[in-house]
Amino acid sequence: MDKFLTFTIVGLTLAAIYAIIASGLVLTYTTTGIFNFAHGAAGMLAAFTYWQFRFVWGWPTPLALVVVLLVFGPLFGVLLETVIMRGLEGTTDTVKLVVSISLLLFMIALAQLIWAPGISRPLPGFLAGNKPINLGATTITWHQAITIGVAIAVAIGLRLVLTRARIGIAMRAAVDDRSLTTLNGAKPNRVSMLAWAMGTSLAALGGILIAPGPGLEAASLSLLIVSAYAAAVFGRLRSLPLTFLGAIVIGLVEGYLAGYLPQNQYLTGMRIASPAIILFIVLLVLPNPRLRGRMTRSREYFPTPTLAGAIGFAITVVIGAVMLATTLSDPDLITYGRVFPIGIVALSLVPLVGFAGQISLCQLSFAGIGAIVMAHLGAGGDPIALVWAVLIAAAVGAVVALPALRLSGIYLALGTAAFAVILDRWLFNLPALSVFGLFDINLFAGGSVSVDAIELFGRRFDDPGTQMIISAVTFALVALLVIWIRRGRLGRRLLAMKDSEAACATLGLNLIWTKLSVFALSAGIAGLGGALYATQLTSIQPGNFELVQSLQLFAITVVGGIGAVGGALFAALSLYAFLPLLTTLWPSSVRWVGLLPGGAGIGLGRNPNGAVHDVREGFLPLLAARAVLAAMCVAVAGAYVLRLTNVIDNWAFVVLLIVFPVLATIAAGLSKPRAVEAAAGNDEENRDIPLEWRGIDRPWTKADLEQLDRYLGLNEMEFHDVR
Amino acid sequence: MNSLELRGISAAYDRIDVLFNIDLVVPEGNVIALLGPNGAGKSTLLRVAAGLHGPASGDVLVAGRRVNGVPPEELARRGMCLIPEGRGIFPNLTVRENLRMMTFTGTKLSDVEERSFTRFPRLKERIGQTAGTLSGGEQQMLAMARGLATDPALLLLDELSMGLAPIIVEELYEIVAQVASEGVSILVVEQFASTVLGVADYAAILVQGRIVRAGQPHELAEDLSKAYLGA
Amino acid sequence: MTSADDKARLSVQGVTVRFGGNIALDDVTLAANPGCVTGLIGPNGAGKTTLFNVITGLLAPNAGIVTMNDRNMTKLGPTRRARLGLARTFQRLELFSLLSVRENIRVAADIRKGWSRDKDNPADAVEKIIDRIGLRDVADARVDSLPTGQCRLVELGRCLATKPQVLLLDEPASGQDETETAQFAVLLDELAAEGMAVVLVEHDVRLVMDVCHTVNVLDFGRIIAVGTPEQIQQDPAVLAAYLGSTTP
Repeated sequence: MDKFLTFTIVGLTLAAIYAIIASGLVLTYTTTGIFNFAHGAAGMLAAFTYWQFRFVWGWPTPLALVVVLLVFGPLFGVLLETVIMRGLEGTTDTVKLVVSISLLLFMIALAQLIWAPGISRPLPGFLAGNKPINLGATTITWHQAITIGVAIAVAIGLRLVLTRARIGIAMRAAVDDRSLTTLNGAKPNRVSMLAWAMGTSLAALGGILIAPGPGLEAASLSLLIVSAYAAAVFGRLRSLPLTFLGAIVIGLVEGYLAGYLPQNQYLTGMRIASPAIILFIVLLVLPNPRLRGRMTRSREYFPTPTLAGAIGFAITVVIGAVMLATTLSDPDLITYGRVFPIGIVALSLVPLVGFAGQISLCQLSFAGIGAIVMAHLGAGGDPIALVWAVLIAAAVGAVVALPALRLSGIYLALGTAAFAVILDRWLFNLPALSVFGLFDINLFAGGSVSVDAIELFGRRFDDPGTQMIISAVTFALVALLVIWIRRGRLGRRLLAMKDSEAACATLGLNLIWTKLSVFALSAGIAGLGGALYATQLTSIQPGNFELVQSLQLFAITVVGGIGAVGGALFAALSLYAFLPLLTTLWPSSVRWVGLLPGGAGIGLGRNPNGAVHDVREGFLPLLAARAVLAAMCVAVAGAYVLRLTNVIDNWAFVVLLIVFPVLATIAAGLSKPRAVEAAAGNDEENRDIPLEWRGIDRPWTKADLEQLDRYLGLNEMEFHDVR
Repeated sequence: MNSLELRGISAAYDRIDVLFNIDLVVPEGNVIALLGPNGAGKSTLLRVAAGLHGPASGDVLVAGRRVNGVPPEELARRGMCLIPEGRGIFPNLTVRENLRMMTFTGTKLSDVEERSFTRFPRLKERIGQTAGTLSGGEQQMLAMARGLATDPALLLLDELSMGLAPIIVEELYEIVAQVASEGVSILVVEQFASTVLGVADYAAILVQGRIVRAGQPHELAEDLSKAYLGA
Repeated sequence: MTSADDKARLSVQGVTVRFGGNIALDDVTLAANPGCVTGLIGPNGAGKTTLFNVITGLLAPNAGIVTMNDRNMTKLGPTRRARLGLARTFQRLELFSLLSVRENIRVAADIRKGWSRDKDNPADAVEKIIDRIGLRDVADARVDSLPTGQCRLVELGRCLATKPQVLLLDEPASGQDETETAQFAVLLDELAAEGMAVVLVEHDVRLVMDVCHTVNVLDFGRIIAVGTPEQIQQDPAVLAAYLGSTTP
């Protein structure tokens, strides 16, 4: 009984924290429609800031609390709302998600920049020095009592604000009907700002209360919040009372698991993963949403890739890889060799997210499964293991997708994130286990497993150069596959489904099968990437396949352009070539380089077409000017020969590799005959863009105005009197 | 002096062009009825007038001043009130909270409640009830109370009758007539034509985004069935 | 009219839909016969689109049944119903905006090819439909760039690619100009003549009166009149629904 009470108190304390954090999340989501993935990270930053004030600078506790909760929290919330979130109104779910995920990554990197990781920063709970309160059967620490008390105060306070204060009523009114609040003379922007101020303060409060438990560690503290997200999903992200109820359920489950779960190596991870498991289950039992048509019109434009372009892309990738493989040193090859396997994982996002509009935040988990398969079935270098990696990852993808099929948008994102957490925190950490003595499951063997290089026709591909070329060729082939899909029946079908599930269903499309197949396809591709990644790493561990890496890859692929294979290459190059290169060239950048992915996502995630699209547009004149293109190829080949013969070193070679295409593009622009230019200009003008974008995407022309008149029927139509 | 003037308004909505060069004037203290079959663009015209939807071209003048681009909440504070189609209320708020929302225009809550309850005594009985659980007629009364609470100079009513039994519609329009007699200018959009024609000073018929006919109510009655049913 | 015609290809019987406390459809009964264009008109908010959603399975009714060729479809999902030969267009366009006109129709043709045993080539079927709806000139344009009137035709073409027996059209003429509507009327006549059962929700009353064989009038979620266009134009209940009580 004592034990039961003790763990009830543990559970209720957790519940209190989850409730505080989740209510802040619900507040911002309902009033502005943006699910803030970075909500937990805000709490994390607050905990660090509090620690800094209280324990480094020695401020008195009340002062530190007031500054963090009543000054920093609200100001930060208002800043987020006005600078970042307000601009997201009317954008797609994917864009909103990318921006808030990037914000999460940015804030984790920021915390690690200010407070270098790896240093112990003890944060005692409140009144930790005092003796616990004796409740007879058990005791409760002051920190626990304060936490529970604060949660109750928050519940009462929120209720009072939302039902008594006029601005609180306006917040609820904005949930009902935002445009009607403006007719009442309320300023909806002020309502949003207040919601974000309050929401962020609640996150800060939760962060400070929870941090003494798990300790001050930026990434894990930010993601702990998954538990709070699960509570919010209980309330369908809308109802505060249900959110509190959800928090209690989750907190107690976690508490009792801590108390009663047998202490063995298989189940400890389950306790840590339990909020994610609960989140997954809650998502499954949520009532099925009605099929709906398009909510927001996307402005994205991914042209259908041409066959020539696809082959050109594939050949360029392979040639590039061969050049790298023959010029880089082995350590460099190991560093940059990750580009292509990770690129394949990024490619797996293109059909799933880019074509079908299904969000997945667990692609590296699928890659991890492929890697495990490779490690175990590929022992001795059996290349058939690659096939198994694809098939098993695809099967797991289908199993995950099966429940996920009924979810969409933010719920699907949460479901896949929960799956990733379950793998991260629990399954990937399992030691070898035997199932009924029939067969053994030995994932990462509780630590790391080694992976053999592929062996084919008696040749072992274990040098980094060959491995890079194999990965690059595979990347190119998978890219061709993705392009082939895009150009064919399945691709059209996926794009159609992204636009309107309702229309597809009423045309007779089986949505379940279609989603299932694209999930399996995508997971299979990710599994292949993971398997190749594993051979390159030679030894793999769970840390190679974590949720944070999935988030990063997702965000940067969207920045690059999730609708095209170029976006995947962009993501892999940025994360696994550009960033390491930057730190090599400029060692001091290692401190802030982590801010870049998040910053890029926040800044560029809004461009619906992606950066690659713009780059491609820039290179178009070059592709048209055959002579210049040929000259550039010759020049690059010449530089390559100079490098191979050691006339120039790597740095010169890299500089030339960048300089030649840029020069060629400029030359192509200059050499273009005027007539061609005029035609191209015309092309640009006549490019089919919807009428309402004109004037935004390009200036109005006389032809546009005539077209508009024609649409409006102003020329032909006479005044029709009904009589 | 004209309370509201719409000059050469054209508008598109969700890629569908709905209004073509509309001119309409609401003189001070008048009730103007805008009639027409559904899909004609009536609601869009009201949304343009209230600043909720930007016109593709044309000007909106309130009390002689051009107000294009003025945000709707500013117009609301300056005495324009739109009661949108399909109950302009917050269904999850109580009646009292709905009325409280009106105090954002600067009116005191006591004044809002007094005005509302004088006109709609039934609302006082329902003050603590969630608005979504009121009957359709009561919801529309609450919407009107909300609109009238600030003592507006110009009232825009969109499909007051939608989904309501004719007897309740008549009751609501009696209140409209009474409000008009107090000097408030009213632009009312309706499909339920004859009731509103009994109240209006002037009426216009909008078909497919164009005003096809305008005049005194009695002049229009016969044109209406043609506009609606093509007979 | 108490029950739908037994021989009707599409029959809706006693369908009731409630949203919270509001009744959107109240015991609605309606029949559509092959070879006929059946009109469905009514004031805003009368429940026309809601009825289409019920017929296509996007919305489950609180009561009532929907049958096609005497087969009860009430429990089937939208996909199954579509495969039984039901197709619809949407009042708020639901086009595949990232695809061209040809690809939009091709998606529908491929879907049919995927489950049916049709021998014919979907690509050819698509070209025939493009000619039929008269969009040859813009076949490769992205539908985003088309005016609304043409978008409506693309939605129709998409439906035709599924070779429907019953075609539900939700305000197909809105956004079309006079000439387009006239051509559209001809096309509707042809489709009906080929044996399709067409249900037309439309605000353009002239079009309804021109092409419909039967017109149903929906008001406050109830069918208040059924008859030929001429009968409907004279019906006092209809006049009252549209114009208010006739005695002001």
